Order: sequence, then C-alpha cells, then structure tokens
Amino acid sequence: MADTSLSTDKLLDMYRTMQRIRQFESRVRDIFQEGQIPGFVHVSIGEEASATGVAAALTEQDYITSTHRGHGHLIAKGGEVKPMMAELFGKKTGYCKGKGGSMHIANFELGILGANGIVGAGLPIATGAGLAAKVRGSGEVAACFFGDGASNEGTFHESLNIASSWKLPVIYVCENNLYGEFTAGKDVTSVKDIADRARGHDMPGVVVNGNDVVEVYEATSEAVERARKGEGPTLIECKTYRWEGHVVGEEAFLGKRSYRPADEIEAWKKRCPLITFEQRFVPDTFSPEEIGVVQAEVKQAIDDAVQFAQDSPYPQPEEALDDMFSKE
Amino acid sequence: MPEMNFIQAINTALAEELRHDPATFMMGLDIWVGAFGATSGLTDEFGAERILNAPISEAGYAGAGVGAAMAGMRPIVEIEFASFFYCCWDQVCNQAAKLRYMSGGQADMPITFRAVCGAVGSAAAQHSETVYSQFMSVPGLKIVVPSGAYDMKGLLKSAIRDNNPVLVFEHLKLGRSKEEVPDDEYLVPIGQAAVKREGSDVTIIAIGYMVSQALKAAKSLAEDGISAEVIDPRSLIPLDEETILSSVAKTHNVLVVDEGHLRCGAAAEISAVIADKGFDSLDAPVKRLAAPDVPIPFSPPMEKFVLPNDKKIAATVKEMLG
Repeated sequence: MADTSLSTDKLLDMYRTMQRIRQFESRVRDIFQEGQIPGFVHVSIGEEASATGVAAALTEQDYITSTHRGHGHLIAKGGEVKPMMAELFGKKTGYCKGKGGSMHIANFELGILGANGIVGAGLPIATGAGLAAKVRGSGEVAACFFGDGASNEGTFHESLNIASSWKLPVIYVCENNLYGEFTAGKDVTSVKDIADRARGHDMPGVVVNGNDVVEVYEATSEAVERARKGEGPTLIECKTYRWEGHVVGEEAFLGKRSYRPADEIEAWKKRCPLITFEQRFVPDTFSPEEIGVVQAEVKQAIDDAVQFAQDSPYPQPEEALDDMFSKE
Repeated sequence: MPEMNFIQAINTALAEELRHDPATFMMGLDIWVGAFGATSGLTDEFGAERILNAPISEAGYAGAGVGAAMAGMRPIVEIEFASFFYCCWDQVCNQAAKLRYMSGGQADMPITFRAVCGAVGSAAAQHSETVYSQFMSVPGLKIVVPSGAYDMKGLLKSAIRDNNPVLVFEHLKLGRSKEEVPDDEYLVPIGQAAVKREGSDVTIIAIGYMVSQALKAAKSLAEDGISAEVIDPRSLIPLDEETILSSVAKTHNVLVVDEGHLRCGAAAEISAVIADKGFDSLDAPVKRLAAPDVPIPFSPPMEKFVLPNDKKIAATVKEMLG
C-alpha cells in the first residue's frame, strides 16, 4: 500500500499536521458556537490535505499567502496553535495582538504573508513575493492558496499572466471546494477544471486529488523544483470539499434555504483526507497505536491552546491606536 | 545652482535611490520608454531586471509590489495616471494600507506608488483627476503632493526610503517647470509644510500645482496692497498642522485652494483642522476654492471654468477681505 518514496517521519509529520488542522478547526467551530470567539470564522474541515501537502513541500524560508479560510494553511506552514487561537479570541497574545482575527493571521518570520479577507487579493501578493525572490536571486518560492471563487477574480488572471511572463517562482494552489460562499462554482465558472486556465497563461496546470496529502505533496514538489530552477509558475488544482458551511453558524441567517445537497456532503465525508491517509498507511506503515498517540498529542495541544487563549488578557483599548506606521 | 525641471527631478531621485539601495526596484506601465520621461534611461544603468515594464494590470502589479515589500524589497510602483488607481484600489487601500496594522505591526511596507495627476488640458475626466483626497480617509497611507522640482526630488527620495506606503502625486502641468536643484544629495522630510511666501493679511494654503497659482495671485494681490502668505503643505498625510495654524494665528484669514473636488476634498480636511484647532485665530470663516463636484470636462472653456487659477484665487481673497 505504502507506494511512496516519502520517509515514514515525513508521512507521520503530515498526518500530525492534518490532525492538528482537523482538531483546531473542529474546536474553533464548537467554541464559536458557544460564543467564545467574536466576529465570524471560516473553517477548513475536509480540506486538510491540500494545506498540508503543499506546505510540506516548502522550506521555512518560502512564502505563502492564504485566504479567509486560512487556519489550516497557517498551521501547515508552522504556525503555532496557541497564538493562533489567542488571535481568534482577540487577545493580546495573538499573532497580531488582536488586530487581525481569524481572517488576518500572519507570521512574517514563518513566511506567512497573511490570511486575507478579500477573495483573490493574495494572488498578486504571492506573485510579488516570488518576484522579490527572483529580483534578489535568493531562491525562495511563494505558494499561493486561493479558492475556486478567486479564480474568477481579475487578480487571478493578472497574476498568472505576470508570473508566467516574468517566469516567477510561484505555485498557485487552487483549493476547489466547489462553492464560492453560497454559490456553486459550476453555475458561475466557464471551465470544469480551474487547472485548464493555466493553458491561457502558458504554464502547467495540474489536477490532483486534493484529499490525498501524498498526491498534493508530490505535485507541489514538482512545481517547487520547476520554480527554483527558474522555469516559472505552476497552477495546481486540488479537488476538495468543505464539510462545514461558508461561515460557521450560517444556518442562523440562511434558515432552511440550502445551496448544496445533503448527499453530496455525505459522499465527500467518505473521502476524508485523514481516512484516506489511514486506509493507505495503517497498519502497513503505522500501527493504530502510533496513530492514536498522534491524535492524543494533538488533542492536548488544542486543549492547551484554548486554555491559553481563554487565560490571555485582552489588549488595552488604547492599543487600537498603535502599529499604524513604522517609525523607521 | 543648477536648474532642473520637474521630470528631471523625478528621474534623478529614482536613479539615486536605485543606486542607494539594492532592494529598490521599479514596476510600471511603459517605464522602459518612460511615457512622460520620468523613467527614461533607467534601464541603461539598472537593467531590465530592476526596471520592470508591467502589463496593463494595475491590481496585479500593484499587489505584486505589496508582496515584494513584505518579502523584504523596496518597490517603486508607477500607476501612470492617478485615475488608474481605481483599478487597484483593493491592493492600495485594503492591502498596502492595512497589512502592517492588521498583523500587529509585524510587517513594514516600504512601497512607493507614483502617479501623475491633475488636469493637463482636455484629457477629460478619466485622465485629469487628482484622486489623492480619496486616499486621505484610508488610514495607513502617506500622501505627498510636490509643487516643484526641488521638493519633488527631495520628497520622492524620502518616500522611497520610508518604511510605509507612500503615494506620490506628480502634477503633469509641472513637468517642464524648472527650479534650482543642488547637485549634492538632500532629502525633504515628509510631513513638513513650506512657507512659500510670507504675508500678514491672509493665508493661502495651496496644494501641488495650485502653489504656483497662489504665488502668482499673491504677487498681484500685493499690488493691491494685500499681503498674502502662501503655504504649501507638501504632504497631505501627515499634515503639518503646526505650520498651518501658526500662519492662521498671524493672518486671521484663510483660503484653501485645491484642484481636486470640493466635497470631502483635501481642502475640506484642512479647513476642518483649522476650524477645530484654530477657531479663535479666525476673523472670518475658512474659505475653500476647489473644483466643483462635476467630473473634469473635456472642452477647453468648460475645463477652464471648473479649475481654480491665479485670477480666481486673487478674486476670492479680495471678496473675503472686502
């Protein structure tokens, strides 16, 4: 079954990351509904493999840009769950000292150029990070996460054209979860596969099973290699699905109005990224006990993160006026 | 001292800063040839790798500037005409302006956006706007509007060295205007107004190209025995309130002149600051002279009708003091 060249350490790392995302997101969903998190949250349950597989093919120096559904990307790129959770709570100990919240977590030391509340806005930003690497010849690549909805934004086409024309080291990762907010992609999109749009910009376009972390990792590794060699960008489309709504608690305003069939959700749950991994690697590569240990460790880390966020102080109100301009 | 025109001042500032810091590079439409001459010849010294001719994709390359700035570079992004900012509003206002704050101060955003602005003569509404006032209500941006070659060079150099997003608006009509510009390197700090002419009866605060018109008006007013002080804010954000308020304390009368639109324009904000903080100095209400709230028209007599100029400034001052 384990027909991959990946080391067992690497595989287990990826599994741990997917567990971390799953448990982080599930807990966020639950405590949001209990009213512990202000604002609104978008969770990525069901999409753990694309975040994990892509980030596993990057180095710490490489860049990512993320989206409004960004918790998973950040965790995969090395974001710690304590300051992430604290940021969601609006606490002073959060990554952004409570100024960003769920949709805007960033950690520049880890190359995380920010989640972003504007659909399609990360595309030019990642393109620019790739441009920076190229202009100074420093060798990093930028991976750009975006959704199928963002591929209908002008910034998608502008960015792909620029990156292809200038041969920039960028990997465009479309997580096609079939819905942009509450609208099915198929109703508003000219192509069946977003990857087809790569052809219009003269770059490789690859479709992968976005719920298979190994497949995502392998496709990304190839794109990263190409990017580092100066051969330019790649568009990878990860076919996946979000199990939860666009925002947690959307039933409150949607009421009984539904935009996707229940059997579709159930069918995709059977293709769970974690189960996909377990079916492939347990028990041949990992024993059920090893998997159980990872699950328990992650649960403890998430418990600790929630406790940390709950115990952390809010910022002083006047701190709202800080961090505007660099003084240098 | 050698003389230099406005365009040459831009060109010299860009070359000096590209030489000064290897992290600096440029992106923009037509910058290899240099549509108005400001970037002409830069590829000879700095190569096509640092002087990037961009596709007509304002959101794409403005956003690439934002990403490059966050990734440690110091990009200079040219948006050609200021009205084209509307095509990349998100990247300037939602991204460049906010990402430092929203990340809790993690990221510096050393990016400079340059654009030509203003009515140059029958370019019609989509190529004649000043646009800067609309950015004034976006926290996180600095806004610079030079009025001549000396300030242009010194302010642009300061803008490029600033670790925050700075928008530099270059009035097309100033292109060939000349001033003395020293050979030695100098910077003009952002946030310091200039008293362009001293006077005692009225303060005329004028922005960008309107500074030249206010100075002409002041000259003709002097012949009528009216002593006008002319203040050039030079940057709208941050605004040098101190220089403005001390002038008002001296003259007790103020006219704010701007080529941008009247409603919620730069003149409105400056007037509000004076009303708020300098009310006791005033002998009369603050007066604004700006373009009426219509798009800048094409036909020459209509265009002339809507734009402030030296004669309108002088007439308004006389009316105020009358």
